[in-house]
Amino acid sequence: MNALVQFAKELAAGRIRVIDLTQTLAPDFPTITLPPEAGQAWPFRIEEISRYDDRGSAAYWNNVSFSEHTGTHFDAPVHWISGRDLPNNAVDTIPAEHFIAPACVLDCSKQAAQDPDYLLTVDFVTNWEKEHGRIPPRAWVLMRTDWSKRTDPVAYQNYDETGQHTPGPDSEVVQFLVKERDVIGFGTETIGTDAGQAFHLNPPYPCHYFMHGAGRYGLQCLTNLDLLPPTGSVIFAAPLKIKRGSGSPLRVLALAPA
Amino acid sequence: MTPPLQKPKRKNPILRTRLPVPPPQARSRYALGLLRGAAEGRLELQECRDCGQVQYPPREMCRRCLSDRLDWKPQPEDGELISETLLRHSLELFFRERVPWRTGLVRLRGGVTVVAHIHADVPPPPARVRVRAHLDRAGQAVLVAIPERDTPNMADDKIMREMTCDPKFRKVLVTDGKTAVGQALVKALAKAGADIVWVGNAEPWKNFPGFDEIKSIPQVTLLNLDVTDQRSVREIAGEIAGRVDIVVNNAEIHRTYGISARYGTDAARAEMDVNYFGLLRLAQEFGPALKARGADGVNSAAAWVNLLSIYALANFPPHGTFSASKAAAHSLAQCLRAEMRPTGVRVINVYPGPIDDEWNQLLLPPKIAPGALANAIVNALKQGTEDVYPGDVAQDWLARWRENPKALEVEASNP
Repeated sequence: MNALVQFAKELAAGRIRVIDLTQTLAPDFPTITLPPEAGQAWPFRIEEISRYDDRGSAAYWNNVSFSEHTGTHFDAPVHWISGRDLPNNAVDTIPAEHFIAPACVLDCSKQAAQDPDYLLTVDFVTNWEKEHGRIPPRAWVLMRTDWSKRTDPVAYQNYDETGQHTPGPDSEVVQFLVKERDVIGFGTETIGTDAGQAFHLNPPYPCHYFMHGAGRYGLQCLTNLDLLPPTGSVIFAAPLKIKRGSGSPLRVLALAPA
Repeated sequence: MTPPLQKPKRKNPILRTRLPVPPPQARSRYALGLLRGAAEGRLELQECRDCGQVQYPPREMCRRCLSDRLDWKPQPEDGELISETLLRHSLELFFRERVPWRTGLVRLRGGVTVVAHIHADVPPPPARVRVRAHLDRAGQAVLVAIPERDTPNMADDKIMREMTCDPKFRKVLVTDGKTAVGQALVKALAKAGADIVWVGNAEPWKNFPGFDEIKSIPQVTLLNLDVTDQRSVREIAGEIAGRVDIVVNNAEIHRTYGISARYGTDAARAEMDVNYFGLLRLAQEFGPALKARGADGVNSAAAWVNLLSIYALANFPPHGTFSASKAAAHSLAQCLRAEMRPTGVRVINVYPGPIDDEWNQLLLPPKIAPGALANAIVNALKQGTEDVYPGDVAQDWLARWRENPKALEVEASNP
């Protein structure tokens, strides 16, 4: 019996949990907000083609529109200027085997509850490793903040007159994760992989800059990270195969021991 | 004197809602000439270019010299009521439901005698009056004789309520409360006595300066209405459309690009999505409920206001894609007006010049202040005008567009 047959049996026997890390694509789910003079990512929109009516009596179906970076979504290296010249840097050319990888879940929920501008640090990661072991190469690092539990869009976006206040990684920890731990990517529950105030970090948006500059990926608007173990889960995160696409909404599934 | 309008009782839910019946609509093509002035609240009659004779009723040739050179010109509104008839019976359904109804003959200063509806506060003849050109519930021009001087509560007279869309005691939806114009509209409508003001609050995490002040107005209820989202429009309409008496669609996106100043279609598409498709979505979801309530008592559904732009008439190239989206909305608003007309719900189109906001920062004055624009809209509701060109730039462009659209096209390209 090969490992996959064994896997299927384990799954059928309920010894492996499948956890959906995806937010529902809905028109009222927020998208990233840029200054109004800038180009904007389209929010998710849905309009009926027909609903068993004069437009199509047997069918219910919709037209939908969204940006590559709407809802729970994947960032490819080409999304950022630092990754623009890398090989296989778009969602259609990333090797398919990169879409399945183990995950380490760093629980920053207490810190984020106290400080919406909380920044993940190298110290936090090395302390985490003392308890859970060293982050293996080619693993996702997922920053759990419980931000997805903020179901009110106002609280989720958390804007004031100085912009968005949401947690994320600092500049040093992103470089550490890329260079010292060889992670495959970084994932968050917030609207982006970077903190809400990351425009004011050095460089601006360090997670985008360093992750994508090194050919690594991003996942954001994740949910249910609190249902994952710190280690031992596997993530399925395959973006839509958009020609030269910079990212896409996707269904992110985690497998974890029951 | 007209008694002040009392806040109407709640609707009796076991009674059938009265269907809207339009007033008589038959007019000769010449009589339609009255419309142009009436739509903007002006009394215009034909004058003979050869002998100066004012004409009434409208006609093909001068009644004095038989010249066919007749021009529609603004007229002095003052005159004398010389006789009156109290209508107690009519075979016209509209009047049958509203008798008794005063009509009479007014001798205008311009030298003609006209037939007019007569306001209850006008004393019996002979009496000095002013004659206003109004649009009735069918959107046809009619003349109304009002007292020589304003009387208390004169807007509450039943004839005036038929001619106007006064927000007093009405329930109003303002589709975007976040812009300066939206905030000014909410304040002006509350001040004008609106019973409820529902205010659209798209992307609720964005809190613009001044918005908190709107939230504290007692009549205001915020709604997560986003005109780019069909489901949101449908859901909000499902909640409130049956109670909305006046829709003020002020949601707009304004970017300051022509074709070559912004690569791609994103900004132009956003303008079309809000300015054109937003109107279409709103009209499809809210229109049917408004149409059904065109005669639903003293606080019936009354009006649909579209915030358009004077650049809907002729493209302003520095804001070229915005102009195009407003031209599309202007055309759709004509369609909406045609579909609403049989129900008595008035479609009021507002064509301001540049608004004094952040998107017109680089334009030189004159620019219309958001508060002035809001007041112009509330006045249009109170006066019952249908086409509003508020502010100096709008008036200037309108005059030039009517005079010579080709010349305006060339001048607009060298602003």
